[in-house]
Amino acid sequence: MSDTVLNCGYVPLVDCAPLVIAKELGFAAEEGLSLNLLRQPSWSALRDLLAAGHLDAAQMLSPMPVAMSMGLGGMPARIDTLMVLSVNGTVFGVSNALRAELGPVLFGDADALLAALAARGGAPLRIGVPFHYSMHRLLLSYWTSAAPGLAIEEITVPPPRMADAVADGFVDAFWVGEPWGSLAVHQSVAELMMTGRDVWQFAPEKVLAARHDWVEANEDIVRRLMRAIYQAAAWLDTPRNKPLAVEILGRSEHLSLSPYLIDPALTGHLSPSPTASPAVVPRFLQFHNHAASFPWRSQAAWIADQLGADVGGMEKAKACFRSDLYRRNLSGIGADMPGASEKEEGALRVETDVASTRGHMILAPDAFFDGRTFDFSSENR
Amino acid sequence: MPRGGPNVGHMIQNLRILVVEPNPERVREIVDALSEAGWSDVKALAQISALDRTVKDFAPDIVLIDLANPDRDTLEHISYATETTKRAVALFVDQTDDDLTQAALNAGVSAYVVDGLKMERIKAVLQTAIARFKIMRQMQSELDAAKQALEDRKTIDRAKGILMRQRGMSEDDAYNLLRKTAMGQNKKVIDVAQALVTAAELLS
Repeated sequence: MSDTVLNCGYVPLVDCAPLVIAKELGFAAEEGLSLNLLRQPSWSALRDLLAAGHLDAAQMLSPMPVAMSMGLGGMPARIDTLMVLSVNGTVFGVSNALRAELGPVLFGDADALLAALAARGGAPLRIGVPFHYSMHRLLLSYWTSAAPGLAIEEITVPPPRMADAVADGFVDAFWVGEPWGSLAVHQSVAELMMTGRDVWQFAPEKVLAARHDWVEANEDIVRRLMRAIYQAAAWLDTPRNKPLAVEILGRSEHLSLSPYLIDPALTGHLSPSPTASPAVVPRFLQFHNHAASFPWRSQAAWIADQLGADVGGMEKAKACFRSDLYRRNLSGIGADMPGASEKEEGALRVETDVASTRGHMILAPDAFFDGRTFDFSSENR
Repeated sequence: MPRGGPNVGHMIQNLRILVVEPNPERVREIVDALSEAGWSDVKALAQISALDRTVKDFAPDIVLIDLANPDRDTLEHISYATETTKRAVALFVDQTDDDLTQAALNAGVSAYVVDGLKMERIKAVLQTAIARFKIMRQMQSELDAAKQALEDRKTIDRAKGILMRQRGMSEDDAYNLLRKTAMGQNKKVIDVAQALVTAAELLS
């Protein structure tokens, strides 16, 4: 029997790793799938091709399926999130000029950084983000809204050009996924101030998305695809595999990035500036552990809330995070999963033992920088 | 004066079209095609960083951009930020017209249509753009094929050279061996040549 060919769209960032590993290490082939990985020049292009059926599945920014399902953006469509591909993995950096104005701020101190930026005054801060419907932009809005006096201007910059944009003074700061933050540091044009998890400790970053109709019509293929990606994510989060993962991703035609740019994200050893020693950021980029790939409906609800959803929009958002499919399709391969499909986002300050389908599992902290919690379950709304 | 084109008339005149494209040759192609079809109020923009201001000053009705242009995400964002531009650049074509969307995607063109324009008016512009983009895409893939053929030729020459040096073969014999091996393995000559060149690099 020949393999089923699936056209999968992706954007060449370190966190497309589960797709590349599923293909290169044969996890897809084991499920009788041949992944045809198609690199996309922009998130808009990827979105259009997915919505129009030219792509079967795609890596997406986690807010994209939510926004599209709510009818927002340039191409509304019913898009499902099959699973989360990666948690965290983004960085916030500032230009050398802005850094000089901020005074001493410790790497990763979201409160002190916000206070320093707000105290600066002057013209609105121009901040580069990759896409309007991105976790980067949502975290930026959430974080800066705690400082009402801080004026910011959000500027969309294609990530590969972020380092140039900050070098040319086109933006003062940026929120971007790896390797583009490390590249800016490597080129001595910016300093990293914190990572995305300093604002939200467990933010769903990229997701595996497909059209709702296609998902409903291709039950078996969807199951095989999810299994393949699940295995790839588990492999990626096994510490002893990391050096090999860096090598495979570095050699892969799909990324065309040097290993030295891939290593920081996968190992969590980030250099905030060319002269600083690397900071160790636990769970900087998580693919599998702590139920990272589980699509919590409450994560979709948080995204929808940030996008200004009404009650109807909230329901659509929750429904597009397919925790039901995750349970149905992955229980057969022994995947452990949480007992509930929603949690109170932000409530976990430390690693916490919770009930799971196989007994109990440890969830990672998911607190927000300001300590707020979000409960979107219907009885609390 | 507008000439030709099926829909030329007062309806579609004074439509302002902005083309975002860094390659001057492609810009000329598109602008020529549009003006042949009767639209002369066309402006080209190479740099997206100027887009915000240009949209405000030029106030285009339609923005045309290559589907593969990475600046599309920036254009999308500007389309949400209505408060800065006043005139919202909205919609990726019209999602209700599936055939037109498909045709545009296949040809590699994305169009952003400014608020309040009737679909019939956009359609003619888009159809012209789609036809032109199709030709450009065809030319590009022919160019790519020619480049690839040249690359393949170089690889095969290197593989022949290796066989000639290491096994003392004539050029014809070296090529015949590559060809026979390829046939025996049900592969293309270029694949066998590539494997040989890679192996030789590893062993050298």
